[in-house]
Amino acid sequence: MSHHELDARRLLCPMPVIRVQERVGELAPGEVLAVRCTDPGVVNDVPAWCRVNGHRVLDIAHDEDNNEILITIEVGRDG
Amino acid sequence: MNKQPKAVALISGGLDSLLAAKVMQEQGVHVEGINFFTGFCVEGHTHAIRKKDRARPKRNNALWVAEQLGIKLHIIDVSQPYKDVVINPKHGYGANLNPCLDCKGFMVKNALDWAEANGFDFIITGEVVGQRPMSQRRDTMPVVQRESGAGDRLVRPLCAKLLPPTLPEREGWIDRERLYDFSGRSRKPQMELAARFGFEDYAQPAGGCCFLTDQAYSVKLADLWQARGERDYEIDDIMLLKVGRHLRPRPNFKLIIGREEGENNFLEGYRRQFAHLRTLSHVGPLVLVDGRADEADLTLAARLTARYSKGRDAERVSVEVNTLDGERRTLEVAPLPSEEIPRDWIL
Repeated sequence: MSHHELDARRLLCPMPVIRVQERVGELAPGEVLAVRCTDPGVVNDVPAWCRVNGHRVLDIAHDEDNNEILITIEVGRDG
Repeated sequence: MNKQPKAVALISGGLDSLLAAKVMQEQGVHVEGINFFTGFCVEGHTHAIRKKDRARPKRNNALWVAEQLGIKLHIIDVSQPYKDVVINPKHGYGANLNPCLDCKGFMVKNALDWAEANGFDFIITGEVVGQRPMSQRRDTMPVVQRESGAGDRLVRPLCAKLLPPTLPEREGWIDRERLYDFSGRSRKPQMELAARFGFEDYAQPAGGCCFLTDQAYSVKLADLWQARGERDYEIDDIMLLKVGRHLRPRPNFKLIIGREEGENNFLEGYRRQFAHLRTLSHVGPLVLVDGRADEADLTLAARLTARYSKGRDAERVSVEVNTLDGERRTLEVAPLPSEEIPRDWIL
């Protein structure tokens, strides 16, 4: 399974979602994208975008200082 | 049409676009949503920046609407091409710097381009005749159809019965009799329809979801254009207009003063692009200097920085001044008394 990364730090919503959307559009179903973010709004917005567009959030992790958020997404078949 | 008709719906996140899309789904149309990011969207950014707002649960209303409808949502960044709409609106501005009619035409045009590229048959909006003074009037609705190029492929399900039949109606893709005749500023018909569909907890933005309809924001944008001698902006400019207290003590520079920890943290990200000040002896804001400031200006900026710190009543406050060429020094200044800050400095 290919693993890809996206740096969306310092972007404010909805820009992280837009970047995720662009990147996911380039990936094949089953591929995994890990997104690094700083806007806390991504915790709601990225999973919501994944739900409506048929992708799956595998994990949401915060770093120790609670400054960075790492969201891991599996690209869906219907995306 | 033998195949299922496909429509792309402009989804703002408000009630009207939610209902318009639902009405089309009820007629068997395959609907997907499109949402445009102009840079002036209200909710997300201020929430992300201001720490005190983070306690409230936050959601992206366009995504919430898409979830309620069970449709895909495509969020499109139009912030660069949108500049031309804001700077050169053919139809002028509304009460503030809101170019609503040009904006609607721009969005429908972009939705049309997307529809054509993705094999969709028509476009849906939640417009209601007479609801908005500029963009949603009976006489301006044909303007949007014409200037966007969408023509009769633009369907407004909530007020379609008050308008000439569109292509999807004439072709029988949708049933005109099952569309609506809402008009005016009352929200009652929409709320009744929402109740019939079982929608609750929908967003009710007053004055829309765009900073350009906000008077205080428009004043700051107009000031930016005047100070720079041209009507232009970068995305960072319009982001910074949403943050902090803005003071213009002199025509050649203004100060952007963080009001709380969240804003200070956000402004920290701009330290390399702006001269900036912070208090050392007392807790205080991070202050960006936008423009060219000479020595006297920087001293004034330091006194203002001290004024907005916890040392406002102290005799002297230590203020660190960082210039754009990387020089760092400390000034010992007396905070500027509030009576020496004219009202017209505050944007």
